[in-house]
Amino acid sequence: MANVLAVVEQRDGALRRISGEVVSAARQIAEATGGEVHALLIGPQGAGSNGGELGRYGAAKVLVAEGAGLDNYSPEVFAATVAAQAGNGYFAVLFGASSQGRDLAPRVAAKLDVPLAGDATALEVDGGELVVTRPVYAGRAFAKVVLKGEPRLVSIRPNTFRATDAEAAGAVENIGVEGDAASARVQVREVKAASGGKLDVGEAPIVVAGGRGMKGPEHWNLLEDLRDALGSTCALGASRAVVDSGWRPHAEQVGQTGKTVSPQLYFAVGISGAMQHLAGMRSARTIVAINKDPDAPIFKVADFGVVGDAHEVLPKLTEEIRKLG
Amino acid sequence: MKIVVCIKRVPDTESRIRVAGDGRSIDPAGIKFVMSPYDEFALETALRVKDAQGGGEVVAVTVGEATSAEQLRSALAMGADSAVLLKGQPTLDGLATARALAAELREQNADLVLLGMKAVDADQQQVGPMLAELLDMPCITVAASIAMEDGKVVAHREVEGGVEVMEAPTPAVVSITKGEYEPRYPSLKGIMAAKKKPLQEKDAELGESRIEVRELSMPPERPAGRIIGQGVDAVPDLVRALREEAKVL
Repeated sequence: MANVLAVVEQRDGALRRISGEVVSAARQIAEATGGEVHALLIGPQGAGSNGGELGRYGAAKVLVAEGAGLDNYSPEVFAATVAAQAGNGYFAVLFGASSQGRDLAPRVAAKLDVPLAGDATALEVDGGELVVTRPVYAGRAFAKVVLKGEPRLVSIRPNTFRATDAEAAGAVENIGVEGDAASARVQVREVKAASGGKLDVGEAPIVVAGGRGMKGPEHWNLLEDLRDALGSTCALGASRAVVDSGWRPHAEQVGQTGKTVSPQLYFAVGISGAMQHLAGMRSARTIVAINKDPDAPIFKVADFGVVGDAHEVLPKLTEEIRKLG
Repeated sequence: MKIVVCIKRVPDTESRIRVAGDGRSIDPAGIKFVMSPYDEFALETALRVKDAQGGGEVVAVTVGEATSAEQLRSALAMGADSAVLLKGQPTLDGLATARALAAELREQNADLVLLGMKAVDADQQQVGPMLAELLDMPCITVAASIAMEDGKVVAHREVEGGVEVMEAPTPAVVSITKGEYEPRYPSLKGIMAAKKKPLQEKDAELGESRIEVRELSMPPERPAGRIIGQGVDAVPDLVRALREEAKVL
């Protein structure tokens, strides 16, 4: 069998954006191996009601495992459930390199005693082997690796593989969960949403990131206005200097000691472009730099640059983008 | 209570990375090696838990070559009580590293195992949960802070758009991200004391790496961009370029 298992994610009954990307990446492998894509969706009762939607990305089958108390991610139940399914002769098992996937995939790898390649940016089947391209040193180099194990476990970087339409049956099949969330050792006591429940910088298709050139946390409203003008797929990011100064939380940090991001569009505002920051964002599709210093290293990686004071440029930029509606 | 902190020697994040002649590894020439920044946060967290408990023991463990003793000495200088060097060459196969650590951890009988949420070289972010599975311990990843409460570890975990407060009974494995504390600098006294603290060396039970590196390459150069202009006057042209050339708006 050369089927590929795509472990997808849902939240509050809706499929997460990464799910389409994981199924599409799995389809790319399955086309080369001549197998089918099976999606695996785990969640609370009713979570699988939208599972059939995954057919449009190429899932022949959607395996739905519903269990009590799975409104939140329960590491032990999820890992046992995926491991039980992944052992059914799959060529590869794909995860999203989201918070959940980064926690879940290594547990499954240890349970199955197979290696795992995390955060893949490209996949290729070559002579029956799966060749995984993945960043090392936060994207300052890329390694092409081959996994010696079956199934081959890979997590894919968000925003890197496109969710593309490829009609397949998407036949929903209910399977059981392994274990019981209520008796799991790790329990979620509470979930605190970040301010306004905004999108995470690691997964957002558009990022507006600020640096020391913003001159203080009290000026972040200028970046928030731009984010709001760009719409709901935009998230805020920050440089390490800004986070170290306590202006912004670490969750927003982009760079080698923060998140490595690959959005469609990245605005670097008042960020000079230290090596460890560039490492974290240079794989963005389009980079815009706004900086007072024309010699700032950020301009070397930017597609489009504006030399100027962020405090003057940002309001005008927000205004022009709002005009686009 | 006994806390084991797993650390790793990695290139400094400001180092220039170059591919070596074999095309599969990096050229170590001119690279400054440090303790992985997230491991420093894990060690700082361990030292704070020890202080809060009014005592205990912190053991630093690493898998690495002889040169990794340098990072263990740094850990001892920061305040760890003893250190263990598991000699071997770590690879991208995190499961092999986890297995070597698990063999040592089985002898340590730790109440808590802390480690950075990832090492900033391999960037795999996998050793913590793998180690927990091998030891059959509960595991919480990417904790920004932890506290001990009645034999349980309570961790604040960063996830997309929020924080999950999670708890697990000890012994447990917790991977640590940057929180509100900066890692302490070793004091001169700490550095002197570190020289006398026990540092044990053993062979790492790594086994064979099951991740074969075929090729290591530098990221593709980005095509040269352009400066649209100066100040607010450049903004309409910038928006036009984003719409019409890059087609991202």
